[in-house]
Amino acid sequence: MSPEGTIFSFLSIKNLERVRTMKKALIGKKLGMTQIFWEDGSIVPVTVIEAGPCVVIQRKEEGKDGYDAVQLGFGRIKEKNVKKPLKGHFKKADKGYFRVLGEFHIDSDADFTVGQELKVDMFSIGDYVDVVGTTKGKGFAGGVKRHGFRGGGGSHGSMFHRAPGSIGASADPSRVFKGKKLPGHMGNARKTTQNLIVAGVRPQDNLLMIKGAVPGSRNGIVLITSAIKM
Amino acid sequence: MSGLDMIEKEQMRGDIPGFKAGDTVKVHVKIVEGQKERIQIFQGVVIRKRRGQNRSTFTVRKMSSGIGVERTFPTHSPVIDKIEVITKGKVRRAKLYYLRGLRGKKARIKEAGRK
Repeated sequence: MSPEGTIFSFLSIKNLERVRTMKKALIGKKLGMTQIFWEDGSIVPVTVIEAGPCVVIQRKEEGKDGYDAVQLGFGRIKEKNVKKPLKGHFKKADKGYFRVLGEFHIDSDADFTVGQELKVDMFSIGDYVDVVGTTKGKGFAGGVKRHGFRGGGGSHGSMFHRAPGSIGASADPSRVFKGKKLPGHMGNARKTTQNLIVAGVRPQDNLLMIKGAVPGSRNGIVLITSAIKM
Repeated sequence: MSGLDMIEKEQMRGDIPGFKAGDTVKVHVKIVEGQKERIQIFQGVVIRKRRGQNRSTFTVRKMSSGIGVERTFPTHSPVIDKIEVITKGKVRRAKLYYLRGLRGKKARIKEAGRK
């Protein structure tokens, strides 16, 4: 099924055009959170991201690769630190070597060309963006922390504290259903936060300010794209 | 300087006078009513300062017709027109929460720099 038939089907035609024409993608490094004042004195919490400059390393196409995507490189490194197979890959764009490679799905008619430099000035204040990051690892976490189970009383004779409780019925069905929320590893996973608003752009310093929090720790790599639900 | 520091520094105002907990200050606050903008003055004792670049705040306490009123301002907010320091206070701690439990003569603060 084509992307038009799935993701974009619920959007109006006008929005569809907007998504297509305004598709933006950039890789960045999360620097941390602070706050800024707007003119009316209200305080806006922002995440500061060092976004770009990125270079288009590869353009994947439906006919050749099975899907349409653009591969970007971020964070320049020296040639001696690149392994030979990757060197050949970077040579095709011929714009140096990068620490991070990230891929973004795009429409087949989107105008990205190999070797093209992308900077943060493609975003402007008020844009809606989706931000992908790797969440902070929490290790093996119980149900209360991981899924928000309520847990039991701490004292007054309560003998049920933070255990998950019943996880299903007995002889019928004689098993635990798949997907049952149980304790396990939490965090350190790719996560997307949708529909965040760009609160500031600083092209001279490659800085992007996004209202609200984005996944991941400081110095974590984040992928920024225009929002798919607008 | 990292980008984060740079943004925080830029948000800070250079025209805020130095003051400490215990000082009496007049805070001129801009208030927008419809189209008009006017200045309201909030005068009282600074009972707390919180640090942190552009995120810093301070709390002013005053007695308004017998009732204690506290207001916390972001130090670098554009809402603040100006801050006047009326008197310097002599106090022995940084957070003057104990003033909340005192009233009348006991809630006075000695002026600094006088014998």
